[in-house]
Amino acid sequence: MIWVNQIIQGILLGGYYALLASGLALMFGVMRIINLAHGDIAVMGAFALLYVTDHTSLGPFQALAVVLPGMALFGVLLQRTMLERSLRAGVLVPLLTTFGLAIVIQNVLFEEYGADTRSLGPQIGDLAFTSWIVTDEIYISHLAALILGVAVGVLVGLQLLLRRTPIGRALRATAEDPDTAGLVGVNARAVYMVAAGIAVALAALAGVFLAMRSSFDAYSGPAQLIFAFEAVVIGGLGSLWGTLAGGIVLGVAQTVGAQINPQWQIISGHVVFLAILAARLILAQVTAAGGLRALVGREQ
Amino acid sequence: MSLLVTEELDVRHGLLQAVRDVSLELQDGETLALVGANGAGKTTLLRAVAGAHTPSAGRIVFDGNDITSTPPHVRVKMGIALVPEGRRLFTRLTVEENLLLAGRVRRPGPWNVERVLEAFPILREKRKARAGSLSGGQQQAAAIGRALMTNPRLLLLDEVSLGLSPAAVAGVYESLRVLIEGGATLVLVEQDLQQALSVATRVVCMLEGRVVLEGPAGELSRDEVVEAYFGLHRATGEAAS
Repeated sequence: MIWVNQIIQGILLGGYYALLASGLALMFGVMRIINLAHGDIAVMGAFALLYVTDHTSLGPFQALAVVLPGMALFGVLLQRTMLERSLRAGVLVPLLTTFGLAIVIQNVLFEEYGADTRSLGPQIGDLAFTSWIVTDEIYISHLAALILGVAVGVLVGLQLLLRRTPIGRALRATAEDPDTAGLVGVNARAVYMVAAGIAVALAALAGVFLAMRSSFDAYSGPAQLIFAFEAVVIGGLGSLWGTLAGGIVLGVAQTVGAQINPQWQIISGHVVFLAILAARLILAQVTAAGGLRALVGREQ
Repeated sequence: MSLLVTEELDVRHGLLQAVRDVSLELQDGETLALVGANGAGKTTLLRAVAGAHTPSAGRIVFDGNDITSTPPHVRVKMGIALVPEGRRLFTRLTVEENLLLAGRVRRPGPWNVERVLEAFPILREKRKARAGSLSGGQQQAAAIGRALMTNPRLLLLDEVSLGLSPAAVAGVYESLRVLIEGGATLVLVEQDLQQALSVATRVVCMLEGRVVLEGPAGELSRDEVVEAYFGLHRATGEAAS
């Protein structure tokens, strides 16, 4: 029963990873930018929420109505001022740019807020610890279920946006061929700004949930980036459902690993990630060699 | 008034100057065939008019407005549409989505998805299919349809018959004739002289980035065009001097 519980907890945790990964996947899918500042932007979102709740009478969920549009605007500005320019300089420059941005965000947050570890847990009252008791050994946290629900909602919403709306068509067309998109009347700059805005707002949303479910400080971002990156890669690039699956695989790997040995939580996630990556490489090589049978036949 | 004017246009790809000092004028309702060997600068000239390349010198005037530095998506709104070489459909979008995408910023006009499907019946059954799964002829039809969705005043067609079967080429030209009869203004880049001359009202021949021959399609003999196409007159001229 304890294993069932761990798997359930893994799925719930996977919801958080999928939410965290969705913005990263969107930005890579549309703009071909691997945003190395994604984790730090998430943490920045958490600090932004903290700031708004400290300075106004808004509760944390109401404050989202201010923070998410604000972060989306930040994403648009980021695109206009930095990413757009760096994209023109080739594939490597955006990596360096976002890496630099990550360092800047970490240090500005450190300057402002110091090294204290913070949490939004106290602000959300009961939600931080209440849960449904399924059996003696299986508890489902309300907050974790909420996060999983939001993640599924976000991914369904993104999917509908991309498949069913004019802006979604423009996003997919621009992702495939930005030059030709311009030639059929799509303003690629505007499309990129929309994509960057959504991606940054999603990162901030994930950061807020990180802050609610555990704790964060100015340097929490890079670890979150790695989890998001692993979820995206496990799920397969360019697929939103894959991102959900990837998040859940990573979450389950971590909780099951933690059950085997509490020290193995993080490392077992990384091991599963590497194993899947290696399996894909081998599979690709086998396919390139003309299938397993051809490979075996040649050795004989 | 001229619909399109290029004045002493230079376009470069890095160090390579692909279009040199090209001045052209195109009247409303004309069909211009732009011919020339590979590397003569035809595609570059077309893409510069559509806004995909920025000229290094010269001006492009469309309908009285200087559009030299206007971004491509704004030119689409003004009424310029390019059917690019190699079709360049969005392969992961369906045929219908490709059409709707182009129809988003349309000028007011007669073209819509239904009308494109009427003009290109081969697309009807492929409406919901991914554009990447289409045959060459179907893709070309979809690419032309996509350009028409913007209700262009000037339609630029780059190598529409390249890689198509003779039957598919005949089909594409049949639909071009319908467009021309409807009063469309076309610029046609074509390797196939015969096809180009069969629909064009005027011919411009390019060689190494320059316009070397220009005249009404009816008055130029095939030999004259061929000579200009390969630069024979220049070669003999140089030999004589």
